Amino acid sequence: MKTILKVSNVSKYFGGVKALESVSFDLNEGEILGIIGPNGSGKTTLVNVITGFLKPNSGDVIFKNEKITGLPPYKIANLGIARTFQNVRPFYHLPAFKNLIIPLYSSRSRRFAESKFGDRDHVALDLMEDVGFERDSPIPYKAAAALPHGYIKRLELARCLALKPEILITDEIFSGLSAAEVASMVPILEKLQMGGITLVMVEHRLRELFRIADRVIVLEYGSKIAEGKPDEIVENERVKEAYLGTEVV
Amino acid sequence: MHQIKEVEEKGLRKERIDRPIKARTDDIYFLSSFREILYLLGPRIVLILFLLLFPVFSPNPYVLRIFELTCASAIIALSWDFLVSSVGLVSLGHALFFGLGGYIAASFSAYLGFPIFLTIPIAMVGGAAISTLLILPCLRLRGIYFALVTLIYPLLLVRVIEATAILGGTLGITDVEGFPNYLVEVYLVVIALLISFFGLRRLLNEDIGMVLRAIRDNDQMVRASGINVTSYRALGVFISSMMTSFAGAYVAHLYMFVGLPHFGLDYSIFPIAATIVGGIGTISGPLIGSFLLLPASEALRALGPLRIVLYALLLVVFIVGKPEGIMSYLQRKYHQIERWIEV
Repeated sequence: MKTILKVSNVSKYFGGVKALESVSFDLNEGEILGIIGPNGSGKTTLVNVITGFLKPNSGDVIFKNEKITGLPPYKIANLGIARTFQNVRPFYHLPAFKNLIIPLYSSRSRRFAESKFGDRDHVALDLMEDVGFERDSPIPYKAAAALPHGYIKRLELARCLALKPEILITDEIFSGLSAAEVASMVPILEKLQMGGITLVMVEHRLRELFRIADRVIVLEYGSKIAEGKPDEIVENERVKEAYLGTEVV
Repeated sequence: MHQIKEVEEKGLRKERIDRPIKARTDDIYFLSSFREILYLLGPRIVLILFLLLFPVFSPNPYVLRIFELTCASAIIALSWDFLVSSVGLVSLGHALFFGLGGYIAASFSAYLGFPIFLTIPIAMVGGAAISTLLILPCLRLRGIYFALVTLIYPLLLVRVIEATAILGGTLGITDVEGFPNYLVEVYLVVIALLISFFGLRRLLNEDIGMVLRAIRDNDQMVRASGINVTSYRALGVFISSMMTSFAGAYVAHLYMFVGLPHFGLDYSIFPIAATIVGGIGTISGPLIGSFLLLPASEALRALGPLRIVLYALLLVVFIVGKPEGIMSYLQRKYHQIERWIEV
């Protein structure tokens, strides 16, 4: 298996708080990697460091043998690493499908566009269909502010797909969704994996994550405490300890 | 579609609904009759005809001069509204753009003898470029910090000109070429206003306008979408300052003079007042606001420097009483009907 992303000894401090303490892991091409951990264990910080929203104090992020540590977020996105946000705030003033015009306007998407003057609106509607919006319903044309939470999460996913990413990092994409909504989201993610996208999923909903993840990393207080296949993680004593009293599958 | 007002009295309730013609013209069906086409194009035609015909029927040169100044101010108000409601940058220093435009046009005209049709484009591009460069370092700032920085620049430039006595010092530059005749004078600014108005509307509905509006909503997500936010903010500042620099250059040629008042607080406060009165984020709002405020303040000329007090008071009244501005009221009247229904 080929390593597509390598995180080596990344540390990030906020003043005296150690948000990440020399975290290292490899991401293999085409897999689904889950990142879990209790609240405040540094999961989102790790995502922010990989995608350039935070600069690490030490350590490197290497994407396809190239160092991307410290590059601005838009350059990393244009390299093909897309991310969703934990607290999704769509572009409220635009109609839902126009939200996708923004990533389609990036240099990466324009490079992939077939013609220079391709109609971005149609591409946007195609993408919305891929994540489960009905094309003939009025929903894609509504203002993004009027969408229900489940649709906003899908819209956020579509926004990332518009970048044609090689790595997609989802930050708690299942949070706030009902069991039925999660059940309809899972096949979309599996389809993406089959389409060749490497997925990193930061999650709190362990039951759902363990069903689709190939490998899981566990963080606690900024350090990696375990790594392995989901069933190994479930048996891991150290992980049980970290989650003691909370969710253990 | 139904907007129901909360007021209820004697079992009657006021209901607002869209006019049937609005629903029809929302879609492609507006092409089905002249009435529908007129409903859509009417307001635009009225605006264009008013701007084009007013100079023909204006009673005297004084009124005409006020009209020209109003058009120039409307361009400034438009550019302020564009910057704040599309790019999300609140500027308190449009006087910087205005003054730079004026000084550049005046210098090229008075010192180098350039003709008007060259000085104005030079002032537009030059003023916009200098403004953007000055503001570039603080484009990462947002909200109040950006506003404060823009507030400082015009004050700073005034002191620099005063202290070093360059560009005429406190006396200003007086040998600026005037317009050859009143037709050029009037229609230059009218056409510039029409271009800015319809151009901005077009721009905001293009894909690039979507990007600018998205930056206002959530700049982190725009970054994550692979777009360099700082460069698009700079583009927004460039467009806005280019429009205001045009107004500055135009007014310099109109008065055949440019001086320190070109950097005055008036030019920073007026666009804000006009936009708030007219309606923020509506594009037509700043235009209407300017056409109400500037003639009103001319009528109260006797007040002299107290004009700024008038702007400030109007600003307070509108922010407290009707923050959405006049334009939203007009739009509602145009698109909706009100009626009393029994509950």
